[in-house]
Amino acid sequence: MDSASHITLAALGQQLLVGLSRTTILFIVSSGLSLILGVLRIPNVSHGSLYMIGAFVTYSVATFIGGQTGFWVALAVAPVAVGLLALAVERGIFCHLYEREHLMLLLFTFSLMLVLGDVVKLIWGSDYRSLSAPPMMQGSFSLGGMPFPRYNLFLLIMGPLVAVGLWALTNKTKIGKIARAAAVDREMVAAMGINVSWVFAFVFCLGCLMAGLGGALVAPTQNITQGMDHAIIMEAFLIVIIGGLGNMWGALLGAAIFGITDSIGILVWPQFAIVFPYVAVTIVLVFRPKGLLKSTW
Amino acid sequence: MHQQKLLGSRSLILVALLLAALALFPAMVSRYYIYLVALMMVTGLLATSLNMVLGFGGMYQFNHAVFYGVGAYAAALLTVRGGVNPWWGYLLGPVVAAALSLLMGLICVRLSKLYFGMLQISLGSLVWAVVFRWYSFTGGDDGMHGVPVPPLISSIDGAYYFVLIVTVVCLAVMYLIVNSPFGRVFESIRDNPERAEAIGVNVRLHQLIGLVIAGFFGGVAGTLFVTVEGSVFPDMLFWTLSLEVIIMCLLGGWFTFLGPMLGGGMVVALRAVVGIYTDYWTMVLGIILMLLIFFLPQGVLGFFLARLGRGRTAGEGD
Repeated sequence: MDSASHITLAALGQQLLVGLSRTTILFIVSSGLSLILGVLRIPNVSHGSLYMIGAFVTYSVATFIGGQTGFWVALAVAPVAVGLLALAVERGIFCHLYEREHLMLLLFTFSLMLVLGDVVKLIWGSDYRSLSAPPMMQGSFSLGGMPFPRYNLFLLIMGPLVAVGLWALTNKTKIGKIARAAAVDREMVAAMGINVSWVFAFVFCLGCLMAGLGGALVAPTQNITQGMDHAIIMEAFLIVIIGGLGNMWGALLGAAIFGITDSIGILVWPQFAIVFPYVAVTIVLVFRPKGLLKSTW
Repeated sequence: MHQQKLLGSRSLILVALLLAALALFPAMVSRYYIYLVALMMVTGLLATSLNMVLGFGGMYQFNHAVFYGVGAYAAALLTVRGGVNPWWGYLLGPVVAAALSLLMGLICVRLSKLYFGMLQISLGSLVWAVVFRWYSFTGGDDGMHGVPVPPLISSIDGAYYFVLIVTVVCLAVMYLIVNSPFGRVFESIRDNPERAEAIGVNVRLHQLIGLVIAGFFGGVAGTLFVTVEGSVFPDMLFWTLSLEVIIMCLLGGWFTFLGPMLGGGMVVALRAVVGIYTDYWTMVLGIILMLLIFFLPQGVLGFFLARLGRGRTAGEGD
């Protein structure tokens, strides 16, 4: 009985790390959503579908090439493929709708989600797939007596890298600065002689690429199934809302709240683990309905 | 912007004919079609209840399915777990849905349009998550099957007539609300909230009342669903259904009163027909929605009314 509290503490630490690696995935997906919301002001409901496509493409490419390299190639190919798909949709259909009201844009992305969901079913069928982590990422190492999967450590490293990269892209490059300016005042940016339509295309493509990256990274950690899209998109929306719309650091904070409450919930009350993050979200929203950090709206 | 006289004599005759056809319908067709038409009416009622706030109030209610589901679950749980007479479920289900709507409204109503919608959707998914997980009480993701229905309406014919009567009564009440002074003020808020505020309208209060009304009738639709199906399941509360109900309003025409009824019926009928030929129903629905957004944003009924020169075409909501 004496060691009970120690075990709980180690389990808590392990569960926290699992929660943080979950946070990484959630952050990558929701930062893309937040970017599109912040600049284009579109709640992109099809974001989850792109995440799912990212995971399926990763599976196909990784198993096609096989071995160690297969996964790393897939990790590069999947986000780019998803980004290109998004670019095609944006240039082909979406860009004609920007003048419409928000509800129409939201419903359009919803219809896109419905179509993409069935496209995935057409291509990959209804069975679930599973992909194992590349050999060098398999197994686990010991952390205070508790095993911790190597792949999760990789995720913990990827999270900050992506965050810093995205921050640098939006704050330090010219296109990023233009995009942020367009978020504040579309007409003014156009008046400076910049083609706002292509700036929007870039932002949409980048945001969706993040969804693809999230899907690629999550592929080895869970079953790749139909319905992944429904599950992630709601979480990503909640994260973006509690963090503050369009605020990248808000997405990080929101993802951390979501990931950690979820993993603590699994430890404390497994049956209701799914409810914990929602309760955290509701508490945040009741006190700060506009999100924790400053929204760009 | 939405001017509509109370029913003219010609539409009155049309409505009477339609009602007579619906009343005689079960005598002529097989069980399956009776069931299907009953489901069309339930779904139409759900869409009409959403349109009270969406079309007439201009509020982005993105979680309407939650009230549908909560109404159904409340009725089913009262009967199964509470052991009360099933009729109480029909009374209390909608009341519970309305109370929940009020609670959510109190949190969300101060916010701007899209923010309001997204906050509604997050609160709605909290309710969904609880229903989805609380196996011992709600049956979790299996839902509840074989919910007892009062003997009078337990046969398919009985259920059909019950649904028909309740739907007609609810539609009449909602029609009166839309055409009441409250309805007019509500529409003026949709068209210009600032101006409404400036002439002394309590915008928040009106919006809250609108939400409660919509939640109540959404709950009624939920209890009717229990009557027809005899079961409830968590998908009824899921956000995808909420957005589908918005599609129904849009399809029928969300600036007309009967449009959502038509849209709801059309989606249910289409699903039944398309489902015979293909498993890819959601793709068909998605493509229909895309075409609708591009070519017919005022909806089917809105389009025909505009053609007849009686209704207004869809204005921009904001």
